Amino acid sequence: MIIANDLTKTYNGTTVLRIEELTVPSGQSLGLVGNNGAGKTTFFSLLLDLIRPTSGYIINNEVMVNKSEDWKPFTSAFIDESFLIGYLTPEEYFYFTGELRGWNRADVDAFLVKYGQFFNGEILKRNKYLRDLSKGNQKKVGIVAAVIGNPKVVILDEPFANLDPTTQIRLKEIVRELAEDNGVTVLISSHDLMHVTDVCKRIVVLDKGEIVRDMQTTPETLKELEMIFAG
Amino acid sequence: MIKHFVSLQWKSFFRSASLGKDLAIRILMGFLALYFILSFLILGIGLYPLLSELYPGEEQLSVANRLVIYWVSADLLVRFFIQTLPVMDIRPLLILPVHKGKAIHYLLLKSLFSLFNLFPLLVVVPFAVYCAVEGNYGPGSMLAWSMCMLCLVMGVNYLNFLLKKKFAGDIKTLLPFILVAIVLSVLEHLQVFEISIFLGKMLDVLVARPYMVVIPVLLPVFLYLWNYAALRKRFYLDASLESKAGQVNTSDMGWVRKFGDIAPFLQLDLKLIWRNKRPKSTVWLSLFFLAYGLMFYPNPTYSDMPAWYVFVGIFISGAFMINFGQFIPSWDSPYYGMMMSQNIPLKKYLASKAGLMAFSVVVLYLLSLPYAYFGWDIVVLNTACALYNIGVNIPVLLFAGAYNKKRVDLEKSPFLNYQGTGAAQFIVVLPLLIFPLLVWYLCYKFISFDAASSVLALMGIAGIMGRDFLMTAIGDLYRKRKYIAINGFKEKES
Repeated sequence: MIIANDLTKTYNGTTVLRIEELTVPSGQSLGLVGNNGAGKTTFFSLLLDLIRPTSGYIINNEVMVNKSEDWKPFTSAFIDESFLIGYLTPEEYFYFTGELRGWNRADVDAFLVKYGQFFNGEILKRNKYLRDLSKGNQKKVGIVAAVIGNPKVVILDEPFANLDPTTQIRLKEIVRELAEDNGVTVLISSHDLMHVTDVCKRIVVLDKGEIVRDMQTTPETLKELEMIFAG
Repeated sequence: MIKHFVSLQWKSFFRSASLGKDLAIRILMGFLALYFILSFLILGIGLYPLLSELYPGEEQLSVANRLVIYWVSADLLVRFFIQTLPVMDIRPLLILPVHKGKAIHYLLLKSLFSLFNLFPLLVVVPFAVYCAVEGNYGPGSMLAWSMCMLCLVMGVNYLNFLLKKKFAGDIKTLLPFILVAIVLSVLEHLQVFEISIFLGKMLDVLVARPYMVVIPVLLPVFLYLWNYAALRKRFYLDASLESKAGQVNTSDMGWVRKFGDIAPFLQLDLKLIWRNKRPKSTVWLSLFFLAYGLMFYPNPTYSDMPAWYVFVGIFISGAFMINFGQFIPSWDSPYYGMMMSQNIPLKKYLASKAGLMAFSVVVLYLLSLPYAYFGWDIVVLNTACALYNIGVNIPVLLFAGAYNKKRVDLEKSPFLNYQGTGAAQFIVVLPLLIFPLLVWYLCYKFISFDAASSVLALMGIAGIMGRDFLMTAIGDLYRKRKYIAINGFKEKES
């Protein structure tokens, strides 16, 4: 369960994020939508303790993220390609992240079998470094690496962008399975209203750093969101 | 059009994120340039009397002409390794209405504005004036001679450009050139065919008949056109988009597993070193530094000042440690955010780096054992230095690394690459090299050689004993500085 309380982030006098209160129960899939500069990535960076909050705090499963590092074993994320290690092959990267989460090679290999279709034969056993893969394929590697090792919290920033339609559909299945079958808390940000309403049980709309809407997904949600963003 | 290019370059320089932070380095480089300018100018002014002294009874100009080939070869060699060629990001230009030819001309002409082209002229011009005034050469002859030298300099400039651009991708294509160079130098050495004399004679002829200057002018023109053709062909994205690496060999490095819980990081570090240009070159560089001792040990000048040997000792066994260690954790800068959000205990992360450096010190120390040839004292001192490196210098480097906040691009060439260099790199030299030298010297002066070496060794051993405590403290520091580091590593330099 994730709790953000009185959370603000200010750069040179400009407040880019102000969240009074946000609680995400375990096993919920939360979609974060908003225009550019709405504060989605800032929120994720705070959640991963990559930047310091100006005030307030985030609690991730009873761990205060900017005080202790104990949230790391059960939290994983893919924010952008700076989360990849360019000089490793995809397999080596999976083994590395697996090892950090206590999985050995056999565990990782068994896990990867499920993703053969997702990878579409372009990732594994190609003997290529990550830095030589296309942007879309790099993204696939990052997303799958984020689900290795049974994390309890998975954070994905713009996972649908740059992916081909087939992969987008498969990704939605993966996310649904994570939240519904395994009880993983999934946080996703996206510009794509349709995808995010498809997979997330709850949608939070950010605008200029503040939460303007917070709703459970219903068949009408997409319409409603389109209304909000049409201005 | 050229106006636009110049303004683009200007903006890319002044608007780069790192301007200002690099000021110290720029000032240092400025002084270095000034030093070389003065040195070459003095050489130019003093060359005529110098040649009269060294080669009495010979015509100064002919002697100089014979030496030209050595100058040219050395110039080419130095440029190949050090000179940075002008680059322009062509991607944004490809779809704009910019004539490709113009961009290439601009690039090629810009390469002329390099200090490397100025240096030879600083020698040539004063020498030519000297010859015209002191010797019995007409101003016309000397003008033609200077022109010819200018052409040679430009020729070297464009030959270097060509070698680097056209052949840089593949070392094998350079082999014929290297072969020709070797054959020529062997023939020269055996005095079968002395190219230096041959070229000297040609230049003498030129001085006698100034109108012949049209021939050397063809050299830079020809090379310029060749460059142009080569670049024109590469003016497509294909060249940069082509998948460079077809197949890579992966080894699972199972043996690293023996090192317990630091194994994953150790594996990562080894891959980092082997698979990336810049860290890989630090390995070769440190083997190269092994020969450093040969410069000092046989030289009787230094045997009166054994304190220098401390310097050499630290350097020989610590070359890799220094070159690699001063950029921790910048080596991991491209993915530092990920490392910091993953389940990675900082202490183990640092322990892996420390272990790697300690291992390198031991290996380099063992390789330096043959220096016993120059006396057992040297082995004793080098042992002390190696212990000091492991015990004191490694923690010092890791500590200084906490203040690194500049990104390092792993794939850039390491020569004269100041990327990632900041104040921390300069300050860390003090405790690294100067402090042990001072300690040793004081003990040596007031007690004895053996006592001085023992003190260094004991300091190292004390450091090794206290490693656990030191690493915990340094790990805490890294944790505190992580936000600054993450933010700094994100800034790419242009």
